[in-house]
Amino acid sequence: MAETAKNEEVSDVVPSTAETTAEVEAVLDAPVDRGEPILQVRNLVKHFPLTQGILFKKQIGAVKAVDGVSFDLYKGETLGIVGESGCGKSTVAKLLMTLETATSGEVFYKGQDITKLSGRALKAVRRNIQMVFQDPYTSLNPRMTVGDIIGEPFDIHPEVAPKGDRRKRVQELLDVVGLNPEYINRYPHQFSGGQRQRIGIARGLALNPEVIICDEPVSALDVSVQAQVINLMEKLQNEFELSYVFIAHDLSIVRHISDRVGVMYLGKMAEIGTDSEIYDHPTHPYTQALLSAVPVPDPAAREGRERIILTGDVPSPANPPSGCRFRTRCWKAQDKCAEEVPLLAVPEVFAGKKTLAAHDSACHFAEERDVVHAA
Amino acid sequence: MPEKTLPHETTVPEAVSTAMKSGAGKPRSLGQDAWRELRGSWLFWSSGVLLVLFIVMAAFPTLFTGVDPRQADLRGHYLAPPNWSHFFEADWFGYNGQGQSVYARTVHGARASIIVGVCVTLAVTVIGGLVGMLAGYFGGWVDALLSRLTDIFFGIPLLLGALTLLQAFTHRTAWTVSLGLATFGWMQIARVMRGAVITQKQADFVTAARALGAGTGRILFRHILPNVIGPVIVVATIALGGYISTEATLSYLGIGLQDPVVSWGVDISAAQSQLRDAPHVLLVPASFLSLTVLAFILLGDAVRDALDPKLR
Repeated sequence: MAETAKNEEVSDVVPSTAETTAEVEAVLDAPVDRGEPILQVRNLVKHFPLTQGILFKKQIGAVKAVDGVSFDLYKGETLGIVGESGCGKSTVAKLLMTLETATSGEVFYKGQDITKLSGRALKAVRRNIQMVFQDPYTSLNPRMTVGDIIGEPFDIHPEVAPKGDRRKRVQELLDVVGLNPEYINRYPHQFSGGQRQRIGIARGLALNPEVIICDEPVSALDVSVQAQVINLMEKLQNEFELSYVFIAHDLSIVRHISDRVGVMYLGKMAEIGTDSEIYDHPTHPYTQALLSAVPVPDPAAREGRERIILTGDVPSPANPPSGCRFRTRCWKAQDKCAEEVPLLAVPEVFAGKKTLAAHDSACHFAEERDVVHAA
Repeated sequence: MPEKTLPHETTVPEAVSTAMKSGAGKPRSLGQDAWRELRGSWLFWSSGVLLVLFIVMAAFPTLFTGVDPRQADLRGHYLAPPNWSHFFEADWFGYNGQGQSVYARTVHGARASIIVGVCVTLAVTVIGGLVGMLAGYFGGWVDALLSRLTDIFFGIPLLLGALTLLQAFTHRTAWTVSLGLATFGWMQIARVMRGAVITQKQADFVTAARALGAGTGRILFRHILPNVIGPVIVVATIALGGYISTEATLSYLGIGLQDPVVSWGVDISAAQSQLRDAPHVLLVPASFLSLTVLAFILLGDAVRDALDPKLR
C-alpha cells in the first residue's frame, strides 16, 4: 500500500486512505460469504470472586475478567484477538476451551452450547476444539517423551486411532510439523523453543480438531522462530481447514495471520472487523491509540508519525468504570460515556454508508482516524 | 459429521517410514528410560548389591551363621573382643555382655530392623503421599481439612506419639512398632507432596491435559506424580534411617522391641553402657545400621536421578 498524504480532517463518507474509491467499492460490494459460524460466542462473562476469610469465605467482590464478549468464528478463518495484558484475552481462551466455567453467556459450537456440557459430551467437543499454549517450556510435561506427549490425545480418545496405529500417527504428526520422526523418544528439554512449540502444535492437531485456540503461541519465541511457527500454522490451516482464534499482543503478527481482528479492553470487545477495517480504518479511540504504538521500522516515517499517548493506567477489573470502560483514558470522553455503555455495533455515523469504517465499534463518538499511515 | 481424513494419512511420508524401519522410533516410556539409565549407574549397582545382601540376611539369617543369637555363655565369652580373622564364625565380632555372639545377633537382627525401616517408609510414603496429593490437587475444604489434620499430627513428637500408642500393645513385634511409627511419621511427606503438587498443578502441561479431556486420575498419576516424586523419594529414603534408629530408641526406652526379639536397635541400646569397655558390641550393629541406611539413600538418589530426564 502506497503512502499518500493523509488528509487530517476526518471524513465520515469516504475514507481518505491509500485505497482508491473503486477499490473500496469492490471490497464492499464483494459478497461476504463466510458460511456458517463454527463458534458463536454470546455475552460471555467470567467473574472471579474475591473472597475474604479463611474458613467461612465471604465474597466481597469480583474481578470482571471477561464481561460480555460476543463474536463469531467462521470455518477456515483466523480471528485475531488483541489487547494489552490483563484485558481478558487468555480468560476468553480458557472459556472457549471450557477450562474455566463461564459465569454467564454461551459458546455455541455448531449450534451446541458447550458451556453447559459435562462428562462424555464435553469430552466429545474437546476433540474438536484444541489449544496451543503460550509458553512451550511449561506446556510440555518434562517427564514424558515426545511420543507420549503427542500420543496422549490418542490414549484419552482411543476411538481416534487404534492402538497399533498410534506410533505411526505420532511420527506422521512430527513430520507434519516439520520435526524429524526419529525424535519420538526424546524429552522436551532436548529441543529448542521453536521445536517445542511445534510439538505443542502437533499435540493440538492429533485429534483432527476443527478449531484451534492459540493463546499467544509465539510470544515466548525468538523473532526469527516466530515467523517459522506462524508460517507453519498458516500451512496447517490450509491443509486441514482449521479455524484459529489467535490471541496475541503483537499487532503486526495478528495482522499477518488474521482474517478478522477483535480488540479487547478491560474485559470487553472494543472493536471487531476485518483486518483492513481495524488496521486501516479504526474507529474506536482505544484501537487508534493501540495502533499508534506499533513500532515503525522506517525512521523517516517515524518522524512525522502521530502518537496517541494515553495517560493513566488500566482501571482495575474488580472495579471497572461505569459506562464505557475506556472513558477514564479517552480524550473524547463526555458525560454520555459515563452513563451509557456503548454497544458493540456499527456506529450510527457510519450506518448504511459504504465505507470500511462501517464495522462494529463500541464507541459513542466513533470516528475514523488512520493512525498507521498517518504522516 | 463425516470423519475428516488428514491428507498425510494415505501415504506414509518417507521420513516416517525410514524412522520406523530403523527402529529409532520404537517408543519408550519414562520407566524404561529410567531403567536403562539405572543399569549404567555404579551408584545403583553398589547400593543394590548391599541392599540385596541385607535383605537376604533378613530373610535367611541361617545362611550366614549357624549360631543361635540367643545362646548365652558367659564362661570365657563375657565381652570377648572380636577375632577379625575368624570370618563367619561365632567370635568374628566378639561377644556381648551376655556372652552372646555379636555376629550371630547382628545377622539375626537385620530382619526386625529392615522390616521396621522398609514398612514404615512404605506406609509413610503412601499415606503422606496420598494426603499431600489430595490436599494439594483439590485445594479448598479438602486442603483445609487435610492440612489441619497434618498440623495436629505434627504437634505430636514422633517418639512420644509412638511411645503412647505402643503402650497399648502388650505383645510388640516389628509390625506393631512399624504401625506406631507410621501413624506419627507421615506428615513430612504429606507437606513435601502438597507443596510440590500445588506448584505442578498450575503448570501449563496439566492445563493441556485437561484441555485434551484427561480425567483426574490421569492428570494426578501421569502428569503430576512423576514430576513431584523426586523430592518425596529423597525425603523418604533419608527418613528410613531415622525410623530404624527410632525403633532402636523405642527399644532402649523399653517400649519397642524387647528381648528375646533380636534387632539392631535392641543390641545398640543394650551396648551403650559398655561402650568404653567393649566398643565392638555397639559398633558392629551400628555399622550395619549405617550401611543399610546409606544403601537406601544411595538407591533413592540413583532412582530420583534416573526419573529426571534433565539429569541424564
